[in-house]
Amino acid sequence: MREIRYREALREALMEEMERDGTVFLMGEEVGHYEGAYKVSQGLLAQFGEQRVIDTPIAEAGFAGIGVGAAMTGLRPIIEFMTWNFSFVAFDQIISNAAKIHQMSGGKLTCPMVFRGPNGAAKQVAAQHSHSVDPFYTNIPGLYVVMPATPRDAKGLLKTSIRNDDPVVFLEGETLYNLKGEVPEEDEDELIPLGVARVAREGDGCTVVAWGRPFHNAMEAAEILAKDGIELEVVDPRTLRPLDTDAIVRSVKKTNRCVVVHEHWPYGGPGAEIVDVVQREAFDYLDAPVERVAAWDVPMPYASNLEELVLPTTERVLEAVRAVSYR
Amino acid sequence: MQPGRAEKRWMYETMLLSRRYEEAIEKIYLEGKQPRFDMAAGPIPGEMHLSNGQEPCAVGVIAHLEAHDTVTATHRPHHQAIAKGVDLKEMTAEIFGKKAGLSGGRGGHMHLLDPRVNFVCSGIIAQGLGPALGAALSRTMQGKPGVAVAFIGEGAVNQGAFHETMNLAALWNLPLIVVVEDNAWGISVSKKDSTAVERNHVRAAAYGIPGHFVPDNDPIAIYDVAGEAIARARRGEGPTLIEIETDRLAGHFMGDAEQYRPEGEKDALFARDPIPRLRDQMLAAGELSAEDVASIDAAVARRIDEAVAFARESPYPEPSDALEHAFHPVT
Ligand SMILES: Cc1ncc(C[n+]2csc(CCOP(=O)(O)OP(=O)(O)O)c2C)c(N)n1
Repeated sequence: MREIRYREALREALMEEMERDGTVFLMGEEVGHYEGAYKVSQGLLAQFGEQRVIDTPIAEAGFAGIGVGAAMTGLRPIIEFMTWNFSFVAFDQIISNAAKIHQMSGGKLTCPMVFRGPNGAAKQVAAQHSHSVDPFYTNIPGLYVVMPATPRDAKGLLKTSIRNDDPVVFLEGETLYNLKGEVPEEDEDELIPLGVARVAREGDGCTVVAWGRPFHNAMEAAEILAKDGIELEVVDPRTLRPLDTDAIVRSVKKTNRCVVVHEHWPYGGPGAEIVDVVQREAFDYLDAPVERVAAWDVPMPYASNLEELVLPTTERVLEAVRAVSYR
Repeated sequence: MQPGRAEKRWMYETMLLSRRYEEAIEKIYLEGKQPRFDMAAGPIPGEMHLSNGQEPCAVGVIAHLEAHDTVTATHRPHHQAIAKGVDLKEMTAEIFGKKAGLSGGRGGHMHLLDPRVNFVCSGIIAQGLGPALGAALSRTMQGKPGVAVAFIGEGAVNQGAFHETMNLAALWNLPLIVVVEDNAWGISVSKKDSTAVERNHVRAAAYGIPGHFVPDNDPIAIYDVAGEAIARARRGEGPTLIEIETDRLAGHFMGDAEQYRPEGEKDALFARDPIPRLRDQMLAAGELSAEDVASIDAAVARRIDEAVAFARESPYPEPSDALEHAFHPVT
């Protein structure tokens, strides 16, 4: 397989789906002439023109709503938020319109659209610009929530999301855009189904469920612990709603231990949801209480030394695995 | 309304302080980030939005404000913070993410908050407008003096929060002045590509309030228009919208390649740099002497050196500081 970067994988997905389906278009701040704040949409304006690669003013509530209207009436909009932090001013359009249209119309209308952009902390951009929004959007019935950790998943899941007939919240890793990884050849058209987890590493020592940036901390922890004879099984849900609970439960029944690792705050969210499922469906299999590694429960401080403390680290994954392994 | 000699001198000194300060910050920001630009490296990681070129907006307006008047600023706040009298040492330590910073290193350059002089920021576009109006309402409800000024960029005018705030300010006749610093660009998007009207002050008509346009980045003209608006607000006559034509001499943030700028634009901007312009006007009018200019230069350099030394020497926050201030302690 060839290796490309996460941002290139996303770009390929956009290109391929826009070529395939003339109803797909991209809209957002700086997506056209500037080619994306993170250069995901490089080359798109040149290829598809201003009708389908649309630069907007700084007006998230407006263009998110415009996306909903276009989706209801036959198009497949991709709405880019420069970062997900700025989706908050468009929250209502995502939650009260996009997520509700299908149900409120008794199934007569659909809202096939993707909201996408970078999620999570970057480097020292402080409290207002460092949100992990996964818990906000996973709470909403009517929204798919996807959060790929690798270039291959980014591409395959974005392609599927664009073809999905319900709205998808697609959460890219702000610090993952440069990450390189293997993807299938260009003509392969790999579609990764929504709602299916990936077992990224097999083992019988402990299940680690991890997604987004800290997925890579989990993988690093697995390398380190393998040297001590502890084999982690790392499960990346990839889609947080619907959640592949079967894959998670299956793994926990095998390893008898579970650690959940995520960047979002510890209060609620998919992290807590997974623990809930595991305790109900694998209670008798557990040899230890499930542990969670999350961001500290505070607005992100600016100072770099504090930011490093607040975010999940490989060290904290190791500690959690040792705690549930009693070693 | 024309500034007196002392005020004019303050305006010149403050613009120069802001400019030289940002030049110092720019240098420090680049430490560790070259030759390959890496936003995460150096003593000041993260984003850096410089305000150089926009100093006239800050001084022309804030010359009329007292400590008890509220200013809400944006992701580009240095010039306004300096003019409002935010402590320069603590502001610098904040930008460095140090314990002695305004917020103990929690806020950073886009979030300078100093209640001593009623200065706050929001890094989210247009989201300082509501709080500015809230401060104006609060002062009025408490029977205390004080107006509020919300500084925004021309890009922020297209957010819903702008319309909601303007309407309420007009409806309730509150002492709010909204100052739009039109630097022609919202990141790489030009005003004509984002905004349905050529000049945003005309939007005041939609709320039945005065709207003014100040061309040419001229601090004296800004002083004049802002002075009338603020006096009007203090008299209880309600809000004003002001749009100022200003220049952003740097990129949107440091590291911006600025490829969207037309050929020659930067040279033209530097050729009309407002700081030498004001200096030369004041020299010609005999309001400043060459000795004054030299002594102002030296004083400004000294203040910056002190602030930077203070920030560099200050320790980083303690690990336990990360857990503080999410909530006020329960007593
Ligand atoms: C709601 C929101 N959307 C997007 C951004 C990202 N962003 C930061 S600055 C900026 C451009 C702002 O332009 P303008 O208001 O004209 O101010 P200027 O940067 O020119 O000072 C954008 C889009 C943001 N901070 N908040």
